[in-house]
Amino acid sequence: MQNSELLLKIKSKFPEIAIEETPAGLVIPKASLLEVSRFLKEEMSFENCHCVTAVDRRDKIELVYLLYSTLHHFMLTLKTFAGLDDPTVETVSLLWRSADWMEREVFDLFGVRFLHHPDLRRIMNPDHWTDFPLRKDFKNENLIPRPQSKGLNKA
Amino acid sequence: MAVNEKIPGSESIAMYPGGEIILAKSEDVMKWAKGSSLWPLTFGLACCAIEMMATGASHFDIDRIGSGVFRGSPRQCDVMIIAGTVCVKMADCLKKLYEQMPEPKYVIAMGNCSISGGIFYYDSYSVVKGAEKLGVPVDVFVSGCPPRPEDLLHAFMKLQDKIKNAKQRTSAKDKE
Repeated sequence: MQNSELLLKIKSKFPEIAIEETPAGLVIPKASLLEVSRFLKEEMSFENCHCVTAVDRRDKIELVYLLYSTLHHFMLTLKTFAGLDDPTVETVSLLWRSADWMEREVFDLFGVRFLHHPDLRRIMNPDHWTDFPLRKDFKNENLIPRPQSKGLNKA
Repeated sequence: MAVNEKIPGSESIAMYPGGEIILAKSEDVMKWAKGSSLWPLTFGLACCAIEMMATGASHFDIDRIGSGVFRGSPRQCDVMIIAGTVCVKMADCLKKLYEQMPEPKYVIAMGNCSISGGIFYYDSYSVVKGAEKLGVPVDVFVSGCPPRPEDLLHAFMKLQDKIKNAKQRTSAKDKE
């Protein structure tokens, strides 16, 4: 099956999703994440979840899932968005076990709460921390910003 | 004077003229013994640990200065080599390990990270900006990213010098 055919087939099943061409990706509404994920895993044979990560877009948090199908030899990027204050999204760790710790990492660094996650704790940072280091508005006394170089021309 | 040539710090030791007796102050002998068997703690935190392992292996051979006995327990150690980046989460652990070591104890800060945070000084939320910030007194700093095994050996020799030339330690209680 051609890659574009693959995307079109998914699109025909879920008309609310948007297709990104490069890299092959789908932008889906947050509410249909579980439904789309289950369809991708069980019917499109995307049996590997390689990565779950997030991007702070300042007005919202973008969640990125990298899925891989060994049948089609095809890597698919799945994107969805969560609001910045109290971001929540459904967990996919019940579909792909590999997402378990990666979702914990996203929670640790971005503060996204994954609903129905089996064990949502911090994974790397100290347990008593209350803020999330990779947020754009993160402030900490230990975080010293790198001074800007004046360049070569200004003495 | 074959004996004098073999023993480091032999300037403090004198052969009794014509005899087979060595005269030395017990303090000097103790310092010589302390400096010649510095047992390090196996405490690698980052890539500096690779150089520390190389120092312990046969090519560089830390055993020839008597420091090759890397112990897994802080209770059997004399010197802690902080080999690598000290993260905030590791800080409590480092302090606890230092407190568990018996006196006399020494600390070598190996590499730029354990001196000042190194390349993680700026734009890092999780790295302690130097081991001394934790209140651990460092005896020898070894710069480098990472330092060569020769640098670590040199640090051990500097530490031996420091031990041999140390004035007798008196606690505040004795001075009163």
